[in-house]
Amino acid sequence: MTSPGFSPTGIRFENIEKRFGRLSALRRIRFEVDPGECVALAGRNGSGKTTLLRIAAGLVRPSSGEITFPSSAPGGTGTRNGASSGVSKPAISQPAKVAAGFVAHATMVYGELTAEENLLLFARLQETPNAAARVQKLLQEVGLFERRASLVRTFSRGMRQRVAIARALLHESSILLLDEPSTGLDPQGVAWLAATLRQLRDAGCTVLMSLHGESEISALATRAVRLDAGLIVADTRAGAEMHSILTFADA
Amino acid sequence: MSLLSNTTVLLGKELRTEFRSRELLTTTVVFILMVIVLFSFTFDPTYTESRRFGPGLLWLAFLFAASLMLQPCFLREQNNDTLSALRLSVSDPFAIFLAKLIANTLFLLFTELLMLPVFAILYNVPVLHVAGQLVMVFFLGSLGVSIAGTALSAISAQARMRELLLPLLLLPILTPVLVSSTQVTVGLLDPAPFIEWKGIGFLVVFDVVFLTALWLFGEYLLEE
Repeated sequence: MTSPGFSPTGIRFENIEKRFGRLSALRRIRFEVDPGECVALAGRNGSGKTTLLRIAAGLVRPSSGEITFPSSAPGGTGTRNGASSGVSKPAISQPAKVAAGFVAHATMVYGELTAEENLLLFARLQETPNAAARVQKLLQEVGLFERRASLVRTFSRGMRQRVAIARALLHESSILLLDEPSTGLDPQGVAWLAATLRQLRDAGCTVLMSLHGESEISALATRAVRLDAGLIVADTRAGAEMHSILTFADA
Repeated sequence: MSLLSNTTVLLGKELRTEFRSRELLTTTVVFILMVIVLFSFTFDPTYTESRRFGPGLLWLAFLFAASLMLQPCFLREQNNDTLSALRLSVSDPFAIFLAKLIANTLFLLFTELLMLPVFAILYNVPVLHVAGQLVMVFFLGSLGVSIAGTALSAISAQARMRELLLPLLLLPILTPVLVSSTQVTVGLLDPAPFIEWKGIGFLVVFDVVFLTALWLFGEYLLEE
């Protein structure tokens, strides 16, 4: 994996709230991911990690609050607002929206397309320069080059996850949002992912990822944040405390 | 330019996945064929009855088949959350709708043209001399069905009882398209064929109005 040069972009959550009917999934979330920082989100099932990541990706509109993407690039700061009125469009700055590479719980790839066709589809939609060459390179990096012409529905969960990760890396985004990215991966896959993320982090890519427990992936985190019932209950950069947050040792 | 290129890429995806799985086309063709054949055998319509009731039957069959065909349109984007990936990748979400409605129109038109000779033979209605005009009506009608159907498919895919919801929403909205298309088709199948321009005009207006509404508000239908 060659390390692209990123224009450092951070993520600032300002009083983010998300309600699903009567349920408050996120409550007054206020924290900032610095450009180039690698933050691990921990928390029990239903604590709001996925919702926070989907809001950051621009897939879910917050009930209130604002997300900004401070960037050192000229005019690069983007803003995303919560819905305050009925049909007002969210102010989504296009650079900020497209900048985020997102790996979700679901693999977000088409079973009826081959691995290569899937990646080419998203590369072309994102207008990735030299799409075909970039796809070939990523297929080699994720170890699926030999199976590039196979339909994704014939793949195992781990192989689909590799395609999903390749899709998120396609446009060399300056922000990576990863929702339990090692799901389904074998030990070699986890090691590859850890090495890739390390390179990206060192190159200045901002990473916000949800994790369960400690692993090679969590070892990359420079900061750990724990959510509980939609609230941030712990936030640290100290090694020992990070261990506690990720393993729930203090819970 | 982005809208056009995104739409082209997505249309390619829609056609490729359909011709690989043949889910929609097979269902639609079989359904229309069954309706036409069963109606013909059950009522054994005379020459006059065929000309009078045939077009209505044909369009009803198209409409019900379309409600079957449009159901999986957005539903199958939910299996792997691929709709989210599309939303993150396109610069204009209207491209997602545009590609789907073009694909649906093509599938529906293809099915209708395939079924037209079967209808002509079983109901003893000559269609060759008005084939061009019929294709125009089929296109305008199918476009109207696809525009409204694609939008409602996006809504129903996120709802409970989604299988029931789409036909319940779609069929009342498409009643004007059904009536207009049938009127124009009746005119074309008359022994002295004529074009019912009022019906054509209504179909054009329907298509333009619904396409504009989809362009303006479609993005909200994709939100979680």
